[in-house]
Amino acid sequence: MTRSSNNLWLHCFAVFTAAATLVLVGIGGLVTSHEAGMAVPDWPTTYGYNMFLFPPSYWVGGIFYEHTHRLFASLVGLLTTVLAVWLWLRESRSWMRRLGVVAFFTVVLQGVLGGLRVTLFKDQIGIFHATLAQFFLVLVSAMALMTSRWWQAAQGNSQLLLPSKKLGYLLVAAIALVFLQLALGATMRHQHAGLAVPDFPLAHGKIWPSTDPASLDVFNRTRLGVRDHNPITAFQIYLHMAHRIGALLTLLTAGFFAWSVRRQLGAKAAVSRLSLAWLTLIFCQASLGAATVLSKKAADVATAHVVLGALSLVMGALVCVVVFRFAFHRDVARAFVAKSEHLGDRAVSAAKRVPSTG
Amino acid sequence: MKMTTQLLTAALLAGSLQLASAADITGKITLKGTPSPEIPLPLDASCAKERIDKPTTRLYVVDAGGGLADTFIYIKEGLAGKKFPPSTEPVVLDQKGCEYVPYVFGLQAGQKLIVKNSDKVPHNVHPTPQVAGNPESNKMQIPGGPPFDYSFSNPEVFLRFTCNIHGWMFAYGGVVDHPFFAVSGKDGTFKIANVPPGKYVIEAYHRKAGKMTKEVTVVDKGQTADFTLSVPAPPK
Ligand SMILES: [Cu+2]
Repeated sequence: MTRSSNNLWLHCFAVFTAAATLVLVGIGGLVTSHEAGMAVPDWPTTYGYNMFLFPPSYWVGGIFYEHTHRLFASLVGLLTTVLAVWLWLRESRSWMRRLGVVAFFTVVLQGVLGGLRVTLFKDQIGIFHATLAQFFLVLVSAMALMTSRWWQAAQGNSQLLLPSKKLGYLLVAAIALVFLQLALGATMRHQHAGLAVPDFPLAHGKIWPSTDPASLDVFNRTRLGVRDHNPITAFQIYLHMAHRIGALLTLLTAGFFAWSVRRQLGAKAAVSRLSLAWLTLIFCQASLGAATVLSKKAADVATAHVVLGALSLVMGALVCVVVFRFAFHRDVARAFVAKSEHLGDRAVSAAKRVPSTG
Repeated sequence: MKMTTQLLTAALLAGSLQLASAADITGKITLKGTPSPEIPLPLDASCAKERIDKPTTRLYVVDAGGGLADTFIYIKEGLAGKKFPPSTEPVVLDQKGCEYVPYVFGLQAGQKLIVKNSDKVPHNVHPTPQVAGNPESNKMQIPGGPPFDYSFSNPEVFLRFTCNIHGWMFAYGGVVDHPFFAVSGKDGTFKIANVPPGKYVIEAYHRKAGKMTKEVTVVDKGQTADFTLSVPAPPK
């Protein structure tokens, strides 16, 4: 059996798996947006049926969202398993094979967490389930990137302009903020308390909302809707406000990163363009956040906010992977060149053949 | 033997005395202010078939005279140290026309609650208690399926029931550890029956109009306690 680091079909399959995962995150968002997570009380069965045999006549109301989520999750689980086995058999890079194994165990853990959230009535598991989903999506997306021909070609390309290490760390900080925002968002959703702050840009009519018991009582009693969410608590208002402040910080950090990269590398460099696109994405995401509040958390808007959030994380993470991986390669190559020159041998030309381990 | 007979007679006498002096607390809940209009329920196709009307939320059910329904009225203080065995008569909660009926009900801790499904669609019966010791559970009830029995051992006002298949379905139980409670009817009136003599604090609690307490002293004849609750002003 021949192993290779350049397998077009494997790459296509990885891209498909990543895309399916993004769709799955969207369906998961629909489940929480429709408060339908508990519409199927049992797991792994569906109302006692093998879930693949559950009669479509029962796919009504909240069951539709939850059951579709389970079926689609099974598909992603299957795709991930095939991807891992495929990598194991055909991939020449050992770390890439190991990533496949990590992805497999993550998707299994993720499925079990989803089931336990339902059977154990634990919102906290839901928060973890939603956050692990983001991590898994980044993982399979990175695998899709790393199995591409572009990845192979780009790391030998010394023409690719890369930002300084300092800016690399700024990017890491911005991604950490995006991830924190996603974790905060997951916590807000999975407390099933609806909008802890129903207005924007003000918060309960103020710059900073009151959280004393009397105000909370009025907030809860004046909240009229078809759905009865869990009562808002002071903690949930703090979470919501932290999410707003986090959004501002993320925008500023990503904006500062994009501006700095542009100054350092020029407007035409690939990383400059990517970081500008990323900033645009984050700006759209922040706007969707505001729209989620203004639409009173309409299910479609809120779900779009989840999906775009996941996309923001993936895009940031992929840019980060490229920057660090290639910078690392270049450093190794430069060090090799420097060493060769120092020794005065004639291996300079060899050093320019960047190590092909990546 | 003679001793036992004497004791029995004494007990019977005491019992009948108490019965004789027990009285009802009656009253009316009135709503002040005008609530915002109720919101139509977003019934799906299968639920729409169960209804000929267009159901709405039941946040404020008020009659022309301002009588406020669905208020839970119960003795909050004054029964400390007294124990009352739960009634053997179960409370029934029905799922009818894709709504829980009644919307608000009272239940004594330990009393049996029967939940049934009168619809041709499935529901998942999902009580979501917040008080430790009252178990959360979630079971599907198919059309024509057998009713489910519930019992909650700790007081909790309000203990919510929901159905996640139909995100608009809710019911609220006022669970207390004695039998002295009532839910106001369509005209806002209520009656708490057979209250033993004593000094009590009774509370009227409406989910949206809030709560209010009153002191009531029961001697041997009926007592009245009227409450006026208000639509809360929007937060400033
Ligand atoms: Cu239902």
